[in-house]
Amino acid sequence: MAIAARGRAQLTHGFDYVPAPESTDHVRIPERHDLFIGGEFVASRSNRRFVTLNPATEEPLSEVAEADQEDVERAVAAATAAFASWGALKPERRARYLFRLARLIQERSRELAVLETMDGGKPIKESRDVDLPLAAAHFFYHAGWADKLEWAFPNRRPRPLGVAGQVIPWNFPLLMLAWKVAPALACGNTVVLKPAETTPLTALRFAEICLQAELPPGVVNIVTGGPETGAALVASPGLAKVAFTGSTEVGRQIQRRLAGTGRRLTLELGGKAANIVFEDAALDQAVEGIVNGIYFNQGHVCCAGSRLLVQESIADVLLEKLKRRLGTLRLGDPLDKNTDVGAINSRAQLDKIQGLVRSGIEEGAELYQPPCPLPERGYWFPPTLFTGVASSHRIAREEIFGPVLAVLTFRTPAEAVEKANNTPYGLSAGIWTEKGSRILWMAERLRAGVVWANTYNRFDPASPFGGYKESGFGREGGLQGLLPYLELV
Amino acid sequence: MARLEVRKTPKLFSGGEFVRSESGRTYQVDGWNVPRSSRKDLRDAVRSARAALPGWSSRTAYNRGQVLYRVAEMLEGRRTEFARLIGRGGTREVAAAIDTWVWYAGLADKLVQLGGTVNPVAGPYFDFSIPEPTGVVGVVAPERPSLLGLVRSLAAVLCAGNTAVVLVSEGDPLPGLCLGEVLATGDLPPGVVALLSGFRRELLPHLGAHMDVNAIDASGCDDQELAALEAAAAASIKRVVRLDGDPSPYRALAFTELKTVWHPVGR
Repeated sequence: MAIAARGRAQLTHGFDYVPAPESTDHVRIPERHDLFIGGEFVASRSNRRFVTLNPATEEPLSEVAEADQEDVERAVAAATAAFASWGALKPERRARYLFRLARLIQERSRELAVLETMDGGKPIKESRDVDLPLAAAHFFYHAGWADKLEWAFPNRRPRPLGVAGQVIPWNFPLLMLAWKVAPALACGNTVVLKPAETTPLTALRFAEICLQAELPPGVVNIVTGGPETGAALVASPGLAKVAFTGSTEVGRQIQRRLAGTGRRLTLELGGKAANIVFEDAALDQAVEGIVNGIYFNQGHVCCAGSRLLVQESIADVLLEKLKRRLGTLRLGDPLDKNTDVGAINSRAQLDKIQGLVRSGIEEGAELYQPPCPLPERGYWFPPTLFTGVASSHRIAREEIFGPVLAVLTFRTPAEAVEKANNTPYGLSAGIWTEKGSRILWMAERLRAGVVWANTYNRFDPASPFGGYKESGFGREGGLQGLLPYLELV
Repeated sequence: MARLEVRKTPKLFSGGEFVRSESGRTYQVDGWNVPRSSRKDLRDAVRSARAALPGWSSRTAYNRGQVLYRVAEMLEGRRTEFARLIGRGGTREVAAAIDTWVWYAGLADKLVQLGGTVNPVAGPYFDFSIPEPTGVVGVVAPERPSLLGLVRSLAAVLCAGNTAVVLVSEGDPLPGLCLGEVLATGDLPPGVVALLSGFRRELLPHLGAHMDVNAIDASGCDDQELAALEAAAAASIKRVVRLDGDPSPYRALAFTELKTVWHPVGR
């Protein structure tokens, strides 16, 4: 099949769509970005830079400063200096700043959404309708906590910890920043944040927003770079707290690195969630939930429903519906408002997905991909599912972090629980059934921090999020999400 | 002629049974031959604790509270013996230990209300969060107070619905070991608690690295031991907590995982 104009996929089952690209003319991307330390944009000491590119086109977007250990220490020093006054600021004033940040994000949401999509490859309809509204909501929600912390923890006096070092992933760059920065600031801490190497641009735009909000210098510092920068940050002796979202492997290293330092740690790590569909489920809704669970954000989601557990009696009919639905997913230009599946975030991630998919084929699972032409340039992977998967297959055990679904079957609710829990991870799970008592029975037994029943991939600042077992510890969001940033005296 | 006393053989409490160390080793404390637990004893205890977890954690909170209260009753009945085992200050310590059991007995069916929330999300969903037991918890009891320190940790861990593998005080192990007799008669199901004596330097690395232990209450650890535990714990992303102070719901909640459940609201 001929490949249509770039960014516009031909469809076999669905309607053909005319291109509807979001314009980028109001987003000016400077050729160079510096570090944000102590309320100023400053060059890195080494003057080393790295390129961030648009994964949908492989075109470079900007050169970004790479922070080394000295730069990181400079940022920690700025945050430490700022903590003296920020931690002691009247809580109502801290709240005011956070409300301002929330409003500024709302005001600049189109610019930020376009930038997010260009830098990370996610469909504009997701950055526009999910990432940005949630990021703003996160600041607004936590703003209100800043002067109510005394009411949240009875019989205790909550105190800020100090400087928090925060390392975030590339899948929801601005939203993960919000999850980290908003509670930290609301609780009176100051932060040094390291955005992911492949998606630093919205964090640096957020630095501008901090200036616009007249946030006191040093309260938020942003150091860009790769794994070395992250390692330097989490090891910095000036921190009181480290918060990390990313792979379980790196989380393990950080936990080991912090052993004996007395520094507080929260980890939000990988997942291999089971999305469980019972025979009495509303199948069409379940299909939408499965698609949302694994193909949302190209499957670059730690809580993605990457293992589909289908009750044996409906496996055939559900798979037929699912395959038909896969054929209607529109893959292509992330800036196109009709696009469902955008670009894979990086070459490295594409390699990893391809490697695991190869292992699935080699281990004997059966691959299905809808006819789906891929654009010539950029990093792409079609929506994929595997049937005939055994629990021992790598694709059923390892986090793929891509649009790849492993389908397994079960007969009884007890077997579904057993299979769902048969993983070292425990971040999330999905249940699809019309029977209320079964939902609650399943929800009780699933060892996962978030359970979505008859829905999937819902997020809210008021709703605590985080994992069991090797998916990490600590919660983000809600009242309980404040705790990792407070000392209760 | 004076009566010749019947002496008690100090034993481990594991899987609901009073056993010697499988290694056959002992060490001497004040003339007693105390079992020196091996790595195998620790692993056996963890296996029993894991097996006991589904039953204990799915008891109603009300029932768990009653069992903890029963433990207090049993300890009350043996105050004199424990006071004698502890020695100086023993009477007061045992009384405080009994109070601690009673306090957590009354907390069991309040914990979810204190730690849980209904979350007002911006959409048509019913969304709630509840604390659930973390799982199998290793408890490193402080050297002293050997009974009260242990009970402060253990009662909180059990109250939250976890099962526990406890390393009792190395230098003063008898009060901790004899607590097994109280637990066994206190309706606590077999395996829910294991009490192991032995050399801490020998057992801690295995406890820290055990892949089927979910969390560790390191309240009895010094800084160096804590650092080593934390490093070993990273292998399975264990939660390692060191706490002190009076009984509190925060202490029990430290050994819970928060689960958030979403469901749509619609006609």
